[in-house]
Amino acid sequence: MPRVSFTANLQRHVATPTLEVEAKTVRDALEKVFAASPRLRGYILDDQGVVRRHVAIYRGGEQAGRATLDDRVEAGEEIFIFQALSGG
Amino acid sequence: MTNRLLVATRKGLFEFERAGAGWRIAEFSFLGEPVSMVLSDRRDGATYAALALGHFGVKLHRRERAGPWREVTAPAFPTAAGDAKATSVALLWSLESAGPDRAGALWAGTIPGGLFRSSDRGESWSLIEPLWNRPERQQWVGGGYDQPGIHSIVVDPRDSRRLLVGVSTGGVWLSDDAGASWRLHGHGMHAEYLPPDRADDPLMQDVHRIEQCPAAPDTLWVQHHNGVFRSTDRATSWATITAIRPAKFGFAVAAHPRDPMTAWFAPAVKDECRVPVDGAVVVARSRDGGASFDVLREGLPQRDAFDLVYRHGLVVDDTGSCLAMGSTTGHLWISENAGDRWTLVAGNLPPIACLRFA
Repeated sequence: MPRVSFTANLQRHVATPTLEVEAKTVRDALEKVFAASPRLRGYILDDQGVVRRHVAIYRGGEQAGRATLDDRVEAGEEIFIFQALSGG
Repeated sequence: MTNRLLVATRKGLFEFERAGAGWRIAEFSFLGEPVSMVLSDRRDGATYAALALGHFGVKLHRRERAGPWREVTAPAFPTAAGDAKATSVALLWSLESAGPDRAGALWAGTIPGGLFRSSDRGESWSLIEPLWNRPERQQWVGGGYDQPGIHSIVVDPRDSRRLLVGVSTGGVWLSDDAGASWRLHGHGMHAEYLPPDRADDPLMQDVHRIEQCPAAPDTLWVQHHNGVFRSTDRATSWATITAIRPAKFGFAVAAHPRDPMTAWFAPAVKDECRVPVDGAVVVARSRDGGASFDVLREGLPQRDAFDLVYRHGLVVDDTGSCLAMGSTTGHLWISENAGDRWTLVAGNLPPIACLRFA
């Protein structure tokens, strides 16, 4: 099963357990995680369900497509969600 | 006597309490996070803090009278599949109790210009669509931010169905039926930076902040982009206050809780130069309905100061004698005598977005 994990920078705001989920696409995997942790959805996606501008999603070490999140994921593959660091 | 002050800043929420003759930080929360708005709800003792997390969106937290903060639900726009213009909340810019007869109900204004209502203390929110769907909203424009927003929500203490919101930029909107229907009220306001044929249009007014006198709710004071206006008929008509000194530009206004003739302002040079006049921080106070102003300077820096006071950065307590003012330079001043004399309480805070006496 794909494994979904999150940047530690998110964990000070909301619980982000690393989960292994049954999923065929990045969006499937995220929906499974959001089902387990509903509060997390608003941190990753905006009001319209679009990936927040400064959030990045990597799949198997490469950036996943943001628009539809329909990149396929393989069993054992890692999906990692993190954010750009900026500001002062 | 007011004993507690909430200070929402770019990097956390700081709570000051009276200690002896002065004030000190009693506790802080959300250190490092931008706090855009805070509300102390006197109906039930809860405190609300809105965060504007740069990466992760707008969040709302609630704390009971005693207890830890807990995240509740932030306002969000309905999902509109296939609508390329569908929007998301970028900032929670105003938050108010919906009135003493509506336990747990809250109003929130956002950037972009959505008005939202919660009936369950922030557990859930609904967009006030009768305002959002007004065709005039298409002409609202951003004032300082990329998108327009609702920064002032004024609930009539005589009838909580009657409310009024201020839009920057988009004028002053009133409802008498708790948001079911709306009308635009800005007659008498004037936007000098617009083409002459639109300058008096109520829809085009860049209202920076609206405050009402709670004891005389038909009296409203507005700090506008290019001046100060006052209404004594619940926004039906507005009179230009020309006596404001040393400048007519500014963001903040604080209205006296009982005296409709008294209000305080924090002027800055002008729109394209948002710093104090002559490097001196002052508060302008009128006690005669705007006919004249005292320029209050005692205890405030009078040279080489570049502080700006945002629209929620000047507040007065229920007695009308204790005021607090916070700047984008992280200075916090308190006056215990209606502004006659100010004391610097903290000089190294992050930029201050909002103050509230609790």
